[in-house]
Amino acid sequence: MLEQSYFRKTDEIIEHYGRKASSLIPIMQDIQAEYRYLPGELLTYVAKEIGITEAKAYSVATFYENFSFEAKGKYVIKVCDGTACHVRKSTPVLEALWKELGLSKKKHTTDDMLFTVETVSCLGACGLAPTMMVNEEVYPSMTPEKALAVIEELRGRG
Amino acid sequence: MGTITIDGRKVEFTDEKNVLSIIRKAGIDIPTLCYHSELSTFGACRLCTVEDDRGRTFASCSEEPRDGMVIYTNTGKLKKYRKMIIELLLAAHCRDCTTCVKNDNCNLLELARRFGVGEVRFQNYREERPLDFSSPSIVRDPNKCILCGNCVRVCSELQGVGALGFAHRGSEAMVMPAFDREIATTDCVNCGQCRVFCPTGAISIRDNQEEVWAALADPTVRVVAQVAPAVRVAVGDAFGLTKGKSVMGKIVNVLHRMGFDEVYDTTFSADLTIMEESAEFLDRVKNGGTLPLLTSCCPAWVKFVGEQFPDFKDNVSTCRSPQGMLSAVVKEYFRDPEKAEGKKTVMVSFMPCTAKKMEAKRANSYTEGEIDTDYVITTTELIKMIRTTGIDFAALESEASDIPFGFGSGGGVIFGVTGGVTEAVIRRLAPDHSKETMDSIAECGVRQEGFIKEFSIPYDGMDVKICVVSGLANARTVMEQVKSGEKEYHLIEVMACRRGCVMGGGQPRLAGLKDKGARAEGIYKADNVSVVKKCDENPMIVSLYEGFLKGKEHKLLHNETFCSS
Repeated sequence: MLEQSYFRKTDEIIEHYGRKASSLIPIMQDIQAEYRYLPGELLTYVAKEIGITEAKAYSVATFYENFSFEAKGKYVIKVCDGTACHVRKSTPVLEALWKELGLSKKKHTTDDMLFTVETVSCLGACGLAPTMMVNEEVYPSMTPEKALAVIEELRGRG
Repeated sequence: MGTITIDGRKVEFTDEKNVLSIIRKAGIDIPTLCYHSELSTFGACRLCTVEDDRGRTFASCSEEPRDGMVIYTNTGKLKKYRKMIIELLLAAHCRDCTTCVKNDNCNLLELARRFGVGEVRFQNYREERPLDFSSPSIVRDPNKCILCGNCVRVCSELQGVGALGFAHRGSEAMVMPAFDREIATTDCVNCGQCRVFCPTGAISIRDNQEEVWAALADPTVRVVAQVAPAVRVAVGDAFGLTKGKSVMGKIVNVLHRMGFDEVYDTTFSADLTIMEESAEFLDRVKNGGTLPLLTSCCPAWVKFVGEQFPDFKDNVSTCRSPQGMLSAVVKEYFRDPEKAEGKKTVMVSFMPCTAKKMEAKRANSYTEGEIDTDYVITTTELIKMIRTTGIDFAALESEASDIPFGFGSGGGVIFGVTGGVTEAVIRRLAPDHSKETMDSIAECGVRQEGFIKEFSIPYDGMDVKICVVSGLANARTVMEQVKSGEKEYHLIEVMACRRGCVMGGGQPRLAGLKDKGARAEGIYKADNVSVVKKCDENPMIVSLYEGFLKGKEHKLLHNETFCSS
């Protein structure tokens, strides 16, 4: 069970967008912005409040790659795997991160909740390929070594 | 209004909403897997694609007809497309057709045969998924799902439940309840309409045939059958008999041959239901009880009330359903050691309904700690059981059901169609059984077309306002109007499946519009030929109340507590 504060916050968000079916996506976005993920319980709650079925809400939430039901780490690392980054060797960068953090295609977040590694299809910075983003900051021209150095630095920050 | 040219022949159209309906009207069975006239148009399967005179192709289900259109339905290009679509669907499909429960009426298999798909050249890359056996009513096999979305639409559009939805995207798309939970933990009301609309074996009936065969083979067990009204009009056509015609006599015969010791008729307990429910209704009206009274025969509806309108739990009649009443009465009857003859009694009920399987397991379906109904067998399973025996069903003589619970009035028979319960209640309240009275009741509005029927009847100086609903989405509409105070009724009859039990989730599928009419007609015909029209004139009912049932009415015929599932 989530704490009551989660539901209070969600109520505020729902009030802001209005109790209607078309508010679903903006509400989910705001919840995810607040908690860095979309807690399943809140999705169920939102569906009931705005008058749609839970199955419908789940359908929308799973359609978009952006929504995650898993709690994400403090640092969300997005490795770009768009065409430009891919041909300039983004895969070794991703694999180096996975290896270093003990993650995989199925496991995205470290147990200490510090790092989440995911791939994105394009960050819109192809000139800087291969690129990577940590939360809102862009890291250009990555190599496996550079990526590991970033991890070291972030670990230092805690 | 206008004319279109289909394969070189001119066809007139009036208000058809799409080109597909006109093609069908012209006598061409254009293939589809996802189109259904009662559901919204989805356009997923693309099998109904046709070609116009400029070589442009489009899905005929999603195209509005225009005057002067020229289309072709069977060009070489289209045949190739269709065959390829089927081949691709089969590639991502669990193809255990030889042992699949739906192989006798699978639309996908039928189309594969029709288009002569001889080989599947592609590999199945879909991850194998576990089956969902959580529900007592239906089984979900995601490996057989072709993503036509019929179940998703029927559940939300016709039933107003929405327990199923699409999840994920692209090649990972799947149909599932929210968070991939087991179906039994959702708002699913067990109506089984998803299974009726599912073109493959992805959703099927939870099968209980084996348990019944085992009971029949056990010499220490007395196996008792009860047969619901809607079953008798949906079995015949599987054996080449007239669609919709009642074959109750043959069913009784075949069940005796299978080894059932007693075969009773659920119309008998439908009469009991009317006796009890009309008494309850009058009591509530006269003594200021909770109104409107909501009927309790349909377990899917009862579950729907419990989950969606919990404030109305007290409005639901305390009467057990006809299945529940007859099972409780029969079990009590054979509890007498003299009647029991040292045998254990097993009650098997033959129903048009998948939700009855859930009702039988409900906490309030027990008497003296013993389950009332041991097994529920749907019409679809009954047909399979008859086939197993190899008995020539069509050639069987009619047999009468056994006494003392094998005789019901016409009022009990019409329980199988929407409005039947209400009509039987009105008959009960009527002073006599003359033909004029019966005809005037039939014409009071209870048999009118439509899924929400409102009318009123005069009774004892008051105007009794009644609403008869079928289809749970319609029931939701009515209940919301009642909740807001916009509408007021004394009695609301709800059957979860549109048109009532004749179109229940356990009935043979691929019914088509013609069958829908035929089954209801068969029910009314069976009523027409019944000697007794009113439950209170059924001599078996009268003697039951005076004898065996005395003092036990509440224990056997009513629910102590409300249970939604």
